[in-house]
Amino acid sequence: MCRWEQALQKKISEHIIEACIRLSGFLVIAFVFLIFLFLLKDSLSLFGVYSLGQFLFGTNWLPVSEPPKFGMVPLLLGSIYVTVGAIVICVPIGVASAMFIAEVAPTSIKHILKALIEILAAIPSVVLGFIGIVWLGPFLRTALNLKTGMCGLTGSVLLAFMAMPTIISLSEDALVSVPKTFKEAAFGLGATRWQALWRIILPSASSGIIAGVMLGIGRVIGETMVVLMVTGNAPVIPVSILQPLRTLTATIAGEMGEAVSGSEHYFALFAVGMILFIITFLINFAAEVFLRKARK
Amino acid sequence: MREKVAFIILGFATLLVVLPIILTIFYIVRNGIGSVTWEFITQPPRNGMKEGGILPAIIGTIVLIIGTMFFSLPLGILSAVYLVEYAKDNTFTRLIKLSVVNLSGVPSIVYGLFGFTLFVGFLRFGTSILAGSLTLAIMSLPVIITATKEALESVPYSFREISLSLGATKWQTVRYCVLPYAVPGILTGTVLSLSRAAGETAPILFTVAAFYLPRLPHSVFDQVMALPYHLYVISIHVPNMPTELKFATGFVLIVLVFLMNLVSIILRAHFRKKKLW
Repeated sequence: MCRWEQALQKKISEHIIEACIRLSGFLVIAFVFLIFLFLLKDSLSLFGVYSLGQFLFGTNWLPVSEPPKFGMVPLLLGSIYVTVGAIVICVPIGVASAMFIAEVAPTSIKHILKALIEILAAIPSVVLGFIGIVWLGPFLRTALNLKTGMCGLTGSVLLAFMAMPTIISLSEDALVSVPKTFKEAAFGLGATRWQALWRIILPSASSGIIAGVMLGIGRVIGETMVVLMVTGNAPVIPVSILQPLRTLTATIAGEMGEAVSGSEHYFALFAVGMILFIITFLINFAAEVFLRKARK
Repeated sequence: MREKVAFIILGFATLLVVLPIILTIFYIVRNGIGSVTWEFITQPPRNGMKEGGILPAIIGTIVLIIGTMFFSLPLGILSAVYLVEYAKDNTFTRLIKLSVVNLSGVPSIVYGLFGFTLFVGFLRFGTSILAGSLTLAIMSLPVIITATKEALESVPYSFREISLSLGATKWQTVRYCVLPYAVPGILTGTVLSLSRAAGETAPILFTVAAFYLPRLPHSVFDQVMALPYHLYVISIHVPNMPTELKFATGFVLIVLVFLMNLVSIILRAHFRKKKLW
């Protein structure tokens, strides 16, 4: 009787624990849906009183004017300018560093370089923003003779560094995982180390490198504090990257505190959040597709 | 010859990445370390934050780290256990994997918005430690899940077979023959994700962070100051803020984050040495 009870108890506790484990898995899915639903709910409240077309294609972001205007084009362009600037800086440098770390550097130096890049990944974005304010901004202003150092370019440079760890580590993984036989075959045909690296290894690793670049782009578009602190907070359509501008992320961070809960302005900021959610979802999905391709 | 030039260019690119990292750290340390006194880390701010220390911000950040761990660790580990040990290859499993990928890509400010509507507003936790910790916890989940998953997968399959063959149940097998050997990997990933959470500003902007609150929290429904938010506030919103204090705050934040990273590196090295198979 006693043994039978024990067995039953064991069976029940086993079931309870399994249910908890299953529930945890379910919660992970639930969070994504909840994020989506809560953003959608408040975004839709905006489109009850403000037209979707004017939000998507309006060229003025004037939340406190009378009547308020919530055209997100200036913010989207701000994000695009800063992101393109960051990518132009970090992709060539990042991929070149990955090539150096994977194929050229001796093992001891390789470890030091990797440790340093891990350190870069650990620096909080607000600290980089602070560096932008006290050093990089003023430096770029004098170096390029600008009106203000708080502009798109300062943001791009800092964001390029924030994306570096992602791009370098994924590219390096991709380069290292190219089968050794490829390289040996190239050497066998008389190729130099550089020729093997440039013509054989790099193209073979391209899927993984593209995935790294995609994830880097996702990180840059979603980054908030750096752009909030250094890009000058001007919600106007940017003419050049050397002018103050404002991104989607910085708009939410900067205006949420002032927006009255339940007002048009409040809902407009959620709609901006929704746009960000969709953009990053697509980019990450694309990166995942490339990563799968790379693994095959 | 061409090879040499190419390799020099690659080396130069690497230098372009590495040198600014060293200079940034050096710059913060050199300008910050002088103002980090005992008073600075044990006193609340005074005179509109222009004098005194940053104790409430340090305590606030530590409280948030603990709160984040409290929610994300059990949830993250159990989800990973599900994915590795229990899940069949079906739509539900694929949906979880896709969700993890998706969560890792959601911008931190969007987590902030989400935490604000769900925890602060809908669930009525108010701007509080509870709301902030939950928001940071959901943000940290993907890293913890991925790290735990890798750690579980690296435990040899034979361990499970032996345990099951001796009559242990599935959960007993996981609990006594798999999880203990995955602890190092789990810890490393957890500490790393917590160090990232400690440095984040955007998710706590509207969920917990207080502009100026020179007392320590009493309950989970209190607001707190936090180091990254404090650095943001004093570099942007406080006019005539003494520069040394800004550097000193940045220095303390960096030291805290690096210490956590160091712990994770030491754990990794320590357990790797003890690895038995």
